[in-house]
Amino acid sequence: MTAPADLHRITGRAWIFGDSIDTDAMYPGFAMKLDTAEAARHVFYDLRPGWTEQVRRGDVVVAGRNFGVGSSRPVATLLKHLGVSALVAEEFNSLFLRNAINNGLPAITVPDVRNHINEGDELTVHLSQGWLSSGDVRIEFAPLPRMVLDILDAGGLIPRLVRDGYLPEEQKAAAVR
Amino acid sequence: MIEKILARSSGEKEVEAGDTVACAVDMNVLIDMMFQYWHEPLRIADPDKTAIIMDHAVPAPTLADAQSGIVARRFAAKFGIDRFYDVGRHGICHQVIAENALALPGQVLTCTDSHTCAGGAYNTAARGLGPAEIIAILCTGRTWFTVGPTFRYELIGELPKGVSGKDVFLHIAGTWGDATNHNLEFGGPGLASIPMNDRRTIATQAAEISADFATFGVDETCAAFLAAHDAADYTPADPDSDAYYADVRTVDLSGLEPYVARPGRVSNNAVPISHVETRPVNQGFIGSCANGQLDDLRIAAEILDGRSVAPGTRLIVTPASQAVYSDAVRLGYVQKIVDAGAVVTNSTCGACFGYHLGVVGDGEVCLTASTRNFRGRMGSPNAEIYMASTATVAASAITGHITDPRTEEL
Repeated sequence: MTAPADLHRITGRAWIFGDSIDTDAMYPGFAMKLDTAEAARHVFYDLRPGWTEQVRRGDVVVAGRNFGVGSSRPVATLLKHLGVSALVAEEFNSLFLRNAINNGLPAITVPDVRNHINEGDELTVHLSQGWLSSGDVRIEFAPLPRMVLDILDAGGLIPRLVRDGYLPEEQKAAAVR
Repeated sequence: MIEKILARSSGEKEVEAGDTVACAVDMNVLIDMMFQYWHEPLRIADPDKTAIIMDHAVPAPTLADAQSGIVARRFAAKFGIDRFYDVGRHGICHQVIAENALALPGQVLTCTDSHTCAGGAYNTAARGLGPAEIIAILCTGRTWFTVGPTFRYELIGELPKGVSGKDVFLHIAGTWGDATNHNLEFGGPGLASIPMNDRRTIATQAAEISADFATFGVDETCAAFLAAHDAADYTPADPDSDAYYADVRTVDLSGLEPYVARPGRVSNNAVPISHVETRPVNQGFIGSCANGQLDDLRIAAEILDGRSVAPGTRLIVTPASQAVYSDAVRLGYVQKIVDAGAVVTNSTCGACFGYHLGVVGDGEVCLTASTRNFRGRMGSPNAEIYMASTATVAASAITGHITDPRTEEL
């Protein structure tokens, strides 16, 4: 049986983005008329056209300050659909951070991360031990509170609600929409 | 102020910045869009602490939205949710929340829309959350918050004529920039000169500078508003005299002029109108939870009365609710706006989020009195979205270019 702590270790290839990347840049209004698979094709549609063809399963999105300012639309469902395994930012908008965690997508705050990580670098993060490493670089960060890690451990809020008997079992695997 | 509400809600004696606390939610509001991401619960915590408001996409512009409506109606009936504001009783959720006193002083309100901080105008710890979390609160009645540090905005002086809450907010955003993971608190002797509609505009737009909660104290103006909307049995949260703030920022209302935010963002990107370039305006928009209130339609009607929207310019006016629409018709505002050549639409979030009823195209300039000016927000990523007050948008629609509403070149 795998020790729970190992589930907190994530390795992936970094994509580097800037400051104040807003939700409309990742999940534009017109994409809200589309199902998840279609909408996911429009992530960063204007900021970095073609990115959704390049991103691979397990990749990590690394961004600057104020990441995800804007809407409550669940961008994390699109990023997960594209295979993104974690978000790392120098600072998150709190609504965006919650949306990621609540949808089972780890999101960690590492101030100045872009001073140490370049695009394409392979990096490893440990959610509960609070470290990020890449090559010779190792950075410590404050791990998420236990109450929040519990949500990630359950795979997000919806699987947890199923586990706790609030939602029927068959919804556990159901994709949104 | 916010620490007090979260302490009360979590059952703690006191909480401070940095604490993560589990809170009971007093009112949980579901909107139409979240039924696209729906998981139907087997049981819910409390139908009396739940409301459903149809707002973003009504009447349904797409088949998917029509299907969401069916799901919402079935869910409301099945669980006996009386506070169901379906098409006909609908409106933008933050307007309907205000009209029905769903946001009460000292309480916690959650909703699937990022501008839920609007409820802070009524001293409510209100914030937007994603669909999954709103479903979780629906089931359990609870969620968690990490308490952020607070910026206090000390308002002094009086709001001059022709200057509104929108201008106050844009001044704040332009001067101090983002407040990511911070709370905003508004007070001081100048507060009395700011009417409730302007307070809600300011609280609504806190989301634009990435704040968590934005709260105002309950003064006579607020208490009168709440009484007029049949609010009762609430306990306001006032800040302690020795409350700690990450920063105290003084806003002299008397010295303010109309402000304009340039395209892309409001933070560090809003300037007094005398400093902004004179751009031709293809579309003016007055609407949204921030500026679709009855006072906004009144201001637009007063400016447009007997005048015409300029050739080459469109003006779209979207009341924030069916009730606002009805009042604006009764009071003659709609007649004046329509006679000027503007379009008055059904109440909905509509053009504000680039979904329907006034999407902008490539190369167009939009001057908007709404919530958000992100690139691509209102349609094409190649459109430029400037943001200003309702008065500025109405005046600019008449001249066809960005115009100070206090000038009489109109």
